[in-house]
Amino acid sequence: METWWMVVGIVTCTKLLLFPSYKSTDFDVHRNWLAITHSLPISKWYYEETSEWTLDYPPFFAWLEYLLSQIAQFFDPDMLKVENINYRSDATVLFQRLSVVLTDFILIYAVKEFCTKCIKLQRKDDDKQDIFTSPFLILSSLLICNAGLMIVDHIHFQYNGFLFGILLLSITRLYENRNLEGALWFATLLNFKHIYLYVAPAYFVYLLRCYCFKSDGVAAKISWRTFSFTRIIMLGFVVISVFCLSFGPFIVMDQLPQVLSRLFPFKRGLCHAYWAPNFYALYNVVDKAATLFCKKYNLLNVSDSGSAMMTGGLVQEFQHTVYLYCQQFYTFGFILKDQKSFLRCLILCGFGSYMFAWHVHEKAILIITIPFSLLVLDKKRCTAIPHFVYSCSLFIISINIYKSSLGNIYRIPWTLTQLPLCSTLETLYLLGIVPLEIYNSIIHPVLGLDQRLPFIPLMLTSVYCAIGIMYCWIKFYILTFQEKMPKSHRE
Amino acid sequence: MNIIVYVALVSLYAIFVRWCISLNTYSGAGKKPMFGDYEAQRHWMEISYNLPVHTWYTNSSVNNLLYWGLDYPPLTAYHSWICGFLSHKINPEWVKLNTSRGYESYEHKLFMRYTVLFADVVLFFPVIFLIFKQMKIGETQMIKAAMLTLMYPGLILIDHGHFQYNCISLGLILFGVLFLSQGRDILGSIAFCLALNYKQMELYHALPFFCFLLGICFRSQNQNGFFRLIKIGLAVIATFVLCWLPFLSSVESAIQVLHRLFPFARGLYEDKVANFWCTLSLVIKLKNILTTEHIILLCLVSTLVMLLPSSLDLLIRPSIQRFKLALINSSLVFFLFSFQVHEKSILIPAIVVCLQINKEPFWCVWFGILSTFSMLPLLIKDGLTTAFIGSTLLYLILSLSLYDLVQYTGWRKSLQKLMFLVSLLGMAVLTIGSLTVKPPVHLPDLFPVLVSAYSCVHFVLFLVYFHYRQFTLENDKQDEVVLKKKVS
Repeated sequence: METWWMVVGIVTCTKLLLFPSYKSTDFDVHRNWLAITHSLPISKWYYEETSEWTLDYPPFFAWLEYLLSQIAQFFDPDMLKVENINYRSDATVLFQRLSVVLTDFILIYAVKEFCTKCIKLQRKDDDKQDIFTSPFLILSSLLICNAGLMIVDHIHFQYNGFLFGILLLSITRLYENRNLEGALWFATLLNFKHIYLYVAPAYFVYLLRCYCFKSDGVAAKISWRTFSFTRIIMLGFVVISVFCLSFGPFIVMDQLPQVLSRLFPFKRGLCHAYWAPNFYALYNVVDKAATLFCKKYNLLNVSDSGSAMMTGGLVQEFQHTVYLYCQQFYTFGFILKDQKSFLRCLILCGFGSYMFAWHVHEKAILIITIPFSLLVLDKKRCTAIPHFVYSCSLFIISINIYKSSLGNIYRIPWTLTQLPLCSTLETLYLLGIVPLEIYNSIIHPVLGLDQRLPFIPLMLTSVYCAIGIMYCWIKFYILTFQEKMPKSHRE
Repeated sequence: MNIIVYVALVSLYAIFVRWCISLNTYSGAGKKPMFGDYEAQRHWMEISYNLPVHTWYTNSSVNNLLYWGLDYPPLTAYHSWICGFLSHKINPEWVKLNTSRGYESYEHKLFMRYTVLFADVVLFFPVIFLIFKQMKIGETQMIKAAMLTLMYPGLILIDHGHFQYNCISLGLILFGVLFLSQGRDILGSIAFCLALNYKQMELYHALPFFCFLLGICFRSQNQNGFFRLIKIGLAVIATFVLCWLPFLSSVESAIQVLHRLFPFARGLYEDKVANFWCTLSLVIKLKNILTTEHIILLCLVSTLVMLLPSSLDLLIRPSIQRFKLALINSSLVFFLFSFQVHEKSILIPAIVVCLQINKEPFWCVWFGILSTFSMLPLLIKDGLTTAFIGSTLLYLILSLSLYDLVQYTGWRKSLQKLMFLVSLLGMAVLTIGSLTVKPPVHLPDLFPVLVSAYSCVHFVLFLVYFHYRQFTLENDKQDEVVLKKKVS
């Protein structure tokens, strides 16, 4: 236990050291939200648009910013003025960075909860002997020192740490069979950041199957006789009251459509400015290649093709997404039986959404990797995948800050320690990142292409990672089913 | 796990922390007209790259010595020349004669930071691992000790934050220690001479090196010892001649360089230093009573007198462990009593204190934290406050997790704990005070003075303790082996 606190201390100090590092526009976004929530009445929160960084997170997050702004005024009152766009005084940086470090303690608490409640320690009291073999420490350091979180939260600037803390807390509660509490935490999480809708289907199916039906997940078949109305009403009550608490004031003020339009900006493109390495990254490339090919051989009228190709066929894709969601529900119903399978479903769900959802940010990969870390101690066969995903994802995350060599240094140890667990092909793939990075940061500028084709490095990285992620997804799907299928056949 | 993996992990983490700290501002960033040490180093690159060697140290129309004139020995100048050459290759603007003064840009900062990181990784990292490996304390102990030494916050903050190249001179000194403990006295003395020719402040270590080598030579029974002495002397002279070759054309030019290296015209100490004289000035203002010559004499005499016990002890009973302790004692005495001391000079004793980490973790960690704290006013001025707090806490937590700091038993244990906690508490109070409390108008330097006096008291305590250690030391086996090898 003592060693565990040491890990926490070391990580927290490391975070302090990252204060002067690069900050993305998300830093200004959050400062602007501090200003909005501090200086405007609630009725104007979702209407304010002096800055382009409008409030587009759900109300709980706005309330968090409001609370933070109460402390912020002691640091620098100027940062709370809405007109001060892109204001970055030293005190502002200090305060915002500190707020991330401090809210991260929710994650630390959640990790501790998960580790003490959900892992059976095989060898007790041996965490003093070798740090690298104690499961407790492996897991907690994977989660707390998660390099991806570190880069996104403490360099790029976001508040993912405590959000994942809440997610982890909710998973812990489900593991403990305290389902209502789990649902409560997840509903709260959704009202902090709606990107967690990606994994909502897994929660929905799990709670329906394992909580609303009293069979406790042992039997393969669900019988309608075990359905409990009291339970579904209690569940509904908990979830709805959380949503009422958050959206209630806006419903009363008749602002719900405005809030929702801020939360779900469908006007934005299918792909984020930095292509997330998902299905559409591959699709876009094939699309482009096909267009070029057709142009070359005159198979297509020039008027038909053109630059709009990338966004062509939007409608079909949208339908595709919906179809995929439905299909997920179906598969989950099939494999969901206990908490462990729930975790797998959660990950599959995250994967599916990441691959196919609308306007995915590359940072969303964390929704896959962090629950994945929980599987590390599970079984030898499965461990290689989390490591693999992990390495890939780190690379993806650093796409948008790939200029800073800091990220590279931080990544190397992780990738190094993970190589022995991967197969030859996977190792080759991971090593392939090295020449790719060399091309992106050295050869590409030297060739003078960075002026003419500035997007090429991003595109290459994105496509390269998309292949890796796709591979992980399929492999994980297969593994999950292989494990579940024989049982259901027997039954 | 494989030892190489550990070494790689420790090194990568050390590099990571250094890189984080180098993201901060350097000394004198944007502060016209003189800027700070960063500009000094850049200016030396400019001078050494553009002017012929023999004019580097002389005042002229193109080399105004009042504006950061070169005042380090020739090796620093050669190093500056190499860096200046590289700068010129990358962007000639960086080292253009006279017009590049105060040049600042993102790329240039990156380049300068890389030069320090390069020197650190190439010279300092290997010697740390080698020196602990040489102690034969087992792999785990070696990694622990190396990790903690590499994470010593004072050196990181000054080199990668404030901007200096201390890692080079300190690395060379450690190479000297390493070679001597392997029984290669010629290589050791060459390494020491190189260190001395990189930074004259390494004179702090000169006496123990001299006494140790002389003591060994006395110990060799027959004619052998005399030969050894001659060989070592020749090696030293040869190294010096090689380093000073361009300046030996005439007596004046050599004297001019020496004059630049030892500027007695400057004051007793710079800013507020945690040494004896500065603390004494709280009670007695020496400057008002004595002339500069008298003060210099006083410093010289007191330093020499304080140096005698540990040096004579080493001369009579030379052994590696005693040598290492004498290095600490001698450099601490210099820091506390000599003339013209900078607050950064505390790194020179600190790095040899770090070598004791596996024997006396408590004292080393205490010294490490306190020596970093003693530079607090400087660090605050450079905008390194968060870096200071972060790295010092990191050092403390790392040491707590790697070592059992409690050394003693019974009442001594409680005393030790009490002292450490009170000391830490005092540092915390003074740090918070200097950051938040505005000093009264008639005492603008209140906190720097408090910090230096507080540190000085500690340093005197450390000095007493390490003297006590040196005099109660018993020769251990490893020392005997090395010495026998030398005698035979």
